[in-house]
Amino acid sequence: MKKALSLMLALVMVLALVACGGGNSSTDNGSSTPAPAETSTPAPAEAPAGVQVFKLGGTGPLTGGAAIYGQACANAAQIAVDEINAAGGNVQFELNYQDDAHDAEKAVNAYNTLKDWGMQVSLGSVTSTPCVATSAETFSDRIFALTPSASSTAVIADKDNQFQMCFTDPNQGSASAQYIADKNLATKVAVIWKNDDVYSKGVYDTFMAAAPGLGLEVVSDTTFQDGNDTNFSVQIADAQSNGAELVFLPMYYTPASLIFAQAKAAGYAPIWFGVDGMDGILTLEGFDTSLAEGVMLLTPFNADSDDARTQAFVKKYQEKFGDVPNQFAADAYDCVYAYAQALEASGATADMSAEQICDLMIQQFTTMTFDGLTGDGMTWDASGEVTKSPKGMIIENGAYVGLD
Amino acid sequence: MKKLNLTKTSRNNFLTYGFVILFYIVLQSIAAGGHMSSMLKGQLVPICAYVVMAISLNLTVGVLGELSLGHAGFMSVGAFMGTTTAIALKSVVASPTLRLICALIVGAIFAGIVGFLVGIPVLRLNGDYLAIVTLAFGEIIKSIFNNLYLGLDSHGFHMSLLDNKLHMEPEGKLIIGGPMGIGGIQKIANFTVGFGLIMVCLIVIFNLVNSRAGRAIMAIRDNRIAAESVGIPITKYKMMAFVTSAAMAGAAGALFALNFSTFVANKFDFNTSILVLVFVVLGGLGNMLGSIVAAAALTILPEALRQFASYRMLVYAIVLILVMLIRNNPTIRSFFDRFRLSKKGGAEE
Repeated sequence: MKKALSLMLALVMVLALVACGGGNSSTDNGSSTPAPAETSTPAPAEAPAGVQVFKLGGTGPLTGGAAIYGQACANAAQIAVDEINAAGGNVQFELNYQDDAHDAEKAVNAYNTLKDWGMQVSLGSVTSTPCVATSAETFSDRIFALTPSASSTAVIADKDNQFQMCFTDPNQGSASAQYIADKNLATKVAVIWKNDDVYSKGVYDTFMAAAPGLGLEVVSDTTFQDGNDTNFSVQIADAQSNGAELVFLPMYYTPASLIFAQAKAAGYAPIWFGVDGMDGILTLEGFDTSLAEGVMLLTPFNADSDDARTQAFVKKYQEKFGDVPNQFAADAYDCVYAYAQALEASGATADMSAEQICDLMIQQFTTMTFDGLTGDGMTWDASGEVTKSPKGMIIENGAYVGLD
Repeated sequence: MKKLNLTKTSRNNFLTYGFVILFYIVLQSIAAGGHMSSMLKGQLVPICAYVVMAISLNLTVGVLGELSLGHAGFMSVGAFMGTTTAIALKSVVASPTLRLICALIVGAIFAGIVGFLVGIPVLRLNGDYLAIVTLAFGEIIKSIFNNLYLGLDSHGFHMSLLDNKLHMEPEGKLIIGGPMGIGGIQKIANFTVGFGLIMVCLIVIFNLVNSRAGRAIMAIRDNRIAAESVGIPITKYKMMAFVTSAAMAGAAGALFALNFSTFVANKFDFNTSILVLVFVVLGGLGNMLGSIVAAAALTILPEALRQFASYRMLVYAIVLILVMLIRNNPTIRSFFDRFRLSKKGGAEE
């Protein structure tokens, strides 16, 4: 009986191995004949000579609790790649997004799959913890990575080839405090944050460091954890009884949606202030958008902007995927265009190794200026951190509206 | 003639050793030939860690007969303590392999101590209480490490809970950063040490099971009252199996953690405990070889299914259900039994 069982499982395992082996051999063929892009890559048909097709890969949570971010990035990157390929420039892309389910271990597996596929430039990972893991891999493998939205400083720390399109967490925390103080939104502030989350903790730390110097008084400071994030009555009551005029919510939108609903039930209506994780709350399934009315958030992207490129992008995204793109989507879109600009300027060719391209990209990104949907005149310093200005947004009538 | 001296169990044990060694040699030679995909290469150490988790849980569930739902908690203790050791020893021990082995040992010791502490009240209980308490234990461990800050400077270790109040010297290094987990780990885990760990765990388990203590443990599993009536100290033997199992899980955790540049406490949650339990149930309770194969196959499977893109996890679930069904199908079972009998008959002639 035991033997029958082990045989059966061995069979499954052999099958699995064959499956990996199969995938491997086909990618081997792909990478061993890298030169003529015209024949080996099906994506841009009848590409003329001089056209360079680069293999662009990224990992993100396409399934699971953070799926809205991963899908936004994958969708927007696909739009950008389609546009660039259709425009027929010299630099074109083949895109491959792999699921990492917001988990470091799976992200490394996904990254290895991309490496087998022959990835030349990387979009890193969408969320912070997985990206810290994959950035260590891209760093040791010398593959250049530009992450759309992994905002932890650990992603770029001590790595010369890791760059970010979004603000770092510390940046968001201090910028939020600055914004609240500058606009005189409130002086008594409550903070509810998730103390087992890298992102929430990073924003919280710098907000708390910046707040006292700006005349903000934090009257209530409460936390919640994974698995303990459905009942917020204690946190809300604490903020309410301490007379907070504004509640700062450095968290993703799922718990925030519950906080809004429960605060309303408790008859508490402060100013709500979020950061970029709040983005996406309006597209949350089953969420009553009237609850988010008047919520402010700090994000570099405004889907209602009258900028022509933004409008074109939003329109295309809506046609293709049916909802309004959030800031993550815009960041991913910008990443692809930033790559296109940098690859074009550097004169990189598709038959170069990832390592050669990496050196060229480091040189380009630290010197170039890029105009995208999430800001004009973006620059990067050698640490990989981006410089651009955040925009305040408010939710009115179920849509994001720019505050300034 | 020699073959006749071997009992059925020791034949099974040698089959298991042989299987593991064979796989190690095959995979190593594929890797040496440069034919291995990065995907598979990156999976080797996690597979070893999951295999050790599976056989250690099998000791609790299959041999001891108690359900543990917090095995990832022991893995977490081993991971945090082992990694801390590896980081702290960085300047003292030059050889990465030696440092890795130290980390594994420290991880195992700490997890064993925690297993002992959990076991004192719990193993005196009957029935399903161990399952409930280990479930709670897993959550407690997760919360503790999510709120623990640990730093190292020239004065030694600094520790604080809830908030980062370490007051370290400027050149001090923050090792455990609360919800940030441990970051910036030097990846020193390798397949050979992982293989060694599997072999050591197998030897320990097989020798424990075949010893006087092992027979006492199985007697407790089969009939607690009968075992007690012939004078077997129940708590002592339960504790022996449980602590051994916890220590192995700790070593597996340390191996797992040192294969990634970062990890967080939330990785070792209830889902991970259940995943390991799935390996054990699929492989067969008390069947070490089955656990090994199930752990390896189910770790590779989700990655091998990437070609199905969005349907990946759906296919994974279907495969899992099919394997469970096939495993319990009497027709297929008897087919393989016949196959086995005829082969055995042939061999003995």
